[in-house]
Amino acid sequence: MVKAPHIVKLDRATGQRQIIANHWLRLAEAADDAVPPHSLLPLKEWLERRDELIGRADVGIWFAPDDEPEALGSDAAQLAIIAVEFPAFTDGRGFSIGRLLRERYGFTGELRAVGDVFKDTMLYLKRCGFDAFEVRADKDVEEAAKGLDDFTEYYQGAADQPLPLFRRRSA
Amino acid sequence: MYIYDDYDQRIVDQRVAQFRDQTRRFLSGELTGEEFRPLRLQNGLYIQRHAPMLRVAVPYGHLTSKQVRMLAHIARKYDRGYGHFTTRQNIQYNWPKLEDVPDILADLATVQMHAVQTSGNCVRNTTTDQFAGVAHDEIIDPRPWCEIIRQWSTFHPEFAHLPRKFKIAVCGSVEDRAATWVHDIGVHVVHNEAGEVGFKVIVGGGLGRTPIVGAVIREFLPQQHLLSYLDAVLRVYNRYGRRDNKYKARIKILVKAMTPAAFAAKVEAEWAHLKDGPMTLTQAEIDRNAAFFTAPAYETLPAEDAGFAQLRSENKAFARWVERNVFKHKVPGYAAVTLSLKATGVAPGDATDAQLDAVADLADQYAFGEIRVSHEQNLILADVKQSDLFAVWEAAKKLGFATPNIGLITDIVCCPGGDFCDLANAKSIPIAEGIQRVFDDQDYLFDLGEIDLNISGCMNSCGHHHVGHIGILGVDKSGSEWYQVSLGGRQGHDASLGKVIGPSFAQDDVPGVVKQIIDVYVEHRQDDERFLDVFDRVGMEPFKTRIYAKERAHG
Ligand code: HEM
Ligand code: SF4
Repeated sequence: MVKAPHIVKLDRATGQRQIIANHWLRLAEAADDAVPPHSLLPLKEWLERRDELIGRADVGIWFAPDDEPEALGSDAAQLAIIAVEFPAFTDGRGFSIGRLLRERYGFTGELRAVGDVFKDTMLYLKRCGFDAFEVRADKDVEEAAKGLDDFTEYYQGAADQPLPLFRRRSA
Repeated sequence: MYIYDDYDQRIVDQRVAQFRDQTRRFLSGELTGEEFRPLRLQNGLYIQRHAPMLRVAVPYGHLTSKQVRMLAHIARKYDRGYGHFTTRQNIQYNWPKLEDVPDILADLATVQMHAVQTSGNCVRNTTTDQFAGVAHDEIIDPRPWCEIIRQWSTFHPEFAHLPRKFKIAVCGSVEDRAATWVHDIGVHVVHNEAGEVGFKVIVGGGLGRTPIVGAVIREFLPQQHLLSYLDAVLRVYNRYGRRDNKYKARIKILVKAMTPAAFAAKVEAEWAHLKDGPMTLTQAEIDRNAAFFTAPAYETLPAEDAGFAQLRSENKAFARWVERNVFKHKVPGYAAVTLSLKATGVAPGDATDAQLDAVADLADQYAFGEIRVSHEQNLILADVKQSDLFAVWEAAKKLGFATPNIGLITDIVCCPGGDFCDLANAKSIPIAEGIQRVFDDQDYLFDLGEIDLNISGCMNSCGHHHVGHIGILGVDKSGSEWYQVSLGGRQGHDASLGKVIGPSFAQDDVPGVVKQIIDVYVEHRQDDERFLDVFDRVGMEPFKTRIYAKERAHG
């Protein structure tokens, strides 16, 4: 059993998965001056220092469930990584955040789900645009990754497959 | 009737495998009870008073005879020989074993059935008019739209964990028989002035602790935009609905807090991004779904069958049944029949395995093999020839399904209450029975005419008591069971919530109180005024005065 926090990383083009160690540090608040490499800053902090941080590929953002992707807007397109926090898997706000970042604000970097993430949430997350899953520390990561295979077909369009089944059915 | 193709079947089969795995992990301790709870609820599995309870989805209340036989089989094999039809057109089993549920789901999947999203904080089974497709007052058949919504909502990834449950009802007729005004979203299929099909969209209705009649947020939504617009509504709700307080988490609270106009504006802003996107319905998809709901092979018949007319005039009991349980069909020579699951002394909505099998046979013989469930907890044979009505009546009598009481005071809508439900404050089923016993005189019952009486065992309002002409609600008063009575509720286009008459009553007094209410109605009635008309005209006072004067006299 691979103990978390490990990341299930999904190649969105090929569907291949890897289990990798986590290199990113999620900060509760931004450090005073220099932001160390591989930091994930709260959205609010990042916005405050936007002009200084916008070009840095080694700094990312993390979203709380009530943070608004609108606040980041098209800056999303320039970021390498965004994490979205799921304080409880039953809090589905992060699903909408994921889709908005991917489908409206052009975010193409790593979209990582953190928090209460385990087998039974993996596929919904993937469908909402997530491609990295920080599985809960007490869960078996390999078992969790299998959750991505629970279904092979979906009715509605979403971030991973924008075309709903009805547009593919006849094809 | 919608028929699965390989895609639909695969999705349901994969769901069975997924739930089997979830159950296995729960039983082995890999999933905690807290983790398993939302997962099992999304599959209609509650842990209740006596045992788990499994709610099986009946999408928009439609069943084939084959499916009904499977429901009978499940009642027999995994339960205690009966099932309970609910106010959401589904069926519940009260005694399954948790370990058996994956096998039950596998059995259901063989007849294109499942328990997906029958509970939990997700989009629930969409409901509609039980007479959809056959009603004489239908404008547009709502069933293809229900099916389109079913597919869209099934495992919708973004809306799998909403702040609270979410219920959608669709209506396509002049009269609203789907209680659309008290749903999270009510959809009316309508024509605009140019004759194009589209939807009037109502949001923010609901019953429960804070009952609210919904508000129209869009007068006309062109048909191709249904799903992108629903995505927009749900996204606004998912993001901004309250999650801090379970009692304030329904969309109705959000709509009320924002005002319907502000909510509508927010939805429009969201929809502007989604409109014309991939979720825009294609004509091919609309046609594909509509093709499943075409008319069966009707015969060309006279509007009035001579033999039927004669039997009706000769046989008073048959005539009564026709008057109450037979609904006007849009095709000449046909009728829709309601099989009453409201015989006195049987829990409203209950059916045994043998009854279910027999209903399936009846449907095969007389109604193109199709059965429907109404949200008043009865079963419907939608397409019966007038010339067969007498035979259907005779058969229904043998089954105990011919009580001629549809729409009358004994056709009680009733939740399972304290006999089965953990959340109950009071029992419901014995109250229903007590009231039915008071109105056992057929002539009297008929004379009283249309009266909806609805009972819920607690504030959650599963029995829709708020929209009963007479509503009864179980309340807890220092640990004993009491009942609050309300009057004047209704569920149609003029939907409104009943008003509480006054202090609550002890269980034994409830049937007597209902009798007094009816006495006051009869005394005030002019010509053939309905109960509601009298209530609207004379108001609460005469009812109140009578009942509480009597109460005081009792000491
Ligand atoms: C036996 C276990 C049941 C449980 C634990 C249960 C639970 C609940 C709860 C918690 C609510 C309140 C929702 C709110 O906050 O508004 C509710 C409402 C409701 N339930 Fe049930 N229920 C049960 C059975 C049923 C049955 C048997 C039916 C159908 C006969 C049903 C249909 C409904 C309906 C129609 C509502 C009204 C909700 C609305 O429109 O606002 N439930 N139920
Ligand atoms: S109204 Fe209350 S008692 Fe009745 S089924 Fe619903 S939750 Fe249970």
